[in-house]
Amino acid sequence: MDELLRLVETNRPAEGIADFGPGDNVKVHYQVIEGDKVRIQVFEGVVISRRGGGVGETFTVRKISNGVGVERIFPLCSPRVAGVEVVRKGKVRRAKLFFLRQKRGRAARIKEKRVY
Amino acid sequence: MSGLMARKVGMTRIFRDDGKVLPVTVLEARPCPVVQVKTLETDGYEAIQIGYRQQRKSRLTRPEIGHLDKAGAPPVACLKEVPVPADRQVAPGEFIDLSIFLPGERVDVTGLTKGKGFQGCVKRHGFAGGDNAHGCKSKRVPGSIGQHTTPGEVRKNRRMPGRTGGEKTTVKNLEVVRVDLENNLLLLKGAVPGSRNTYLLVSKKRGGGR
Repeated sequence: MDELLRLVETNRPAEGIADFGPGDNVKVHYQVIEGDKVRIQVFEGVVISRRGGGVGETFTVRKISNGVGVERIFPLCSPRVAGVEVVRKGKVRRAKLFFLRQKRGRAARIKEKRVY
Repeated sequence: MSGLMARKVGMTRIFRDDGKVLPVTVLEARPCPVVQVKTLETDGYEAIQIGYRQQRKSRLTRPEIGHLDKAGAPPVACLKEVPVPADRQVAPGEFIDLSIFLPGERVDVTGLTKGKGFQGCVKRHGFAGGDNAHGCKSKRVPGSIGQHTTPGEVRKNRRMPGRTGGEKTTVKNLEVVRVDLENNLLLLKGAVPGSRNTYLLVSKKRGGGR
């Protein structure tokens, strides 16, 4: 990529973003703008994908809300993403966990990755 | 000054403070030397000739070197003419840089589009094409190109397959997002014609409107 293009791409992930990957349970702190008030909303779920690179990188978080699967895609470098907290590291063998969409309940569990 | 030449660096995105994403094209515009000032008396119209793209002197012909030396301009590969507003005075040898543009301003960008080679009517003119199923034998054919014995000819300007792209196009009314004088970078909202590293003419928006 052109060096000059990199000069322009100054957006960086927010400070509060931890190192996370697919399979991890995360809390995404997302700024919600209501009128002139800004508050933080937390979206908690499993990271099922990270895609793209540079300023265009996004990640998908999936959770089950009232029995309904909900997925949200967040741009990693967006100033609206105030932080990502890792609640639990997951032990997975693939980069995209789209198969979780077909699983329910106990079948959709992910083993915890323990770091000693 | 109403315009200058720039090199297309590429496209990216930038986040605005409210989190909205702007698609931007990055252009690099080094200062362009003014090579000749055309006036009403000598040439019948007002314009300035600007040079762009530094070039080795050995690559130029002697008439070209003479023309550039007369203005005191450095050796350049190409020359381009841009109209000049009456209220601004420039002399040959001066340089025009990106400071002529301000963020929020609207500009027009002229350049050559990417060449696409010989293309059919569907890609070239947006013809609908035929059915892809039910045994249809006319998937992407142009269809009828005329009537019968009367008029007995194919009318002029009938849209047909042919060479597509590689033509001069102007994209109008692009918003200037950022002007970076330090790195000679100009950020425009949206896309501009051509591939990366193509040379483009960026000029102030012509005509009325905002």
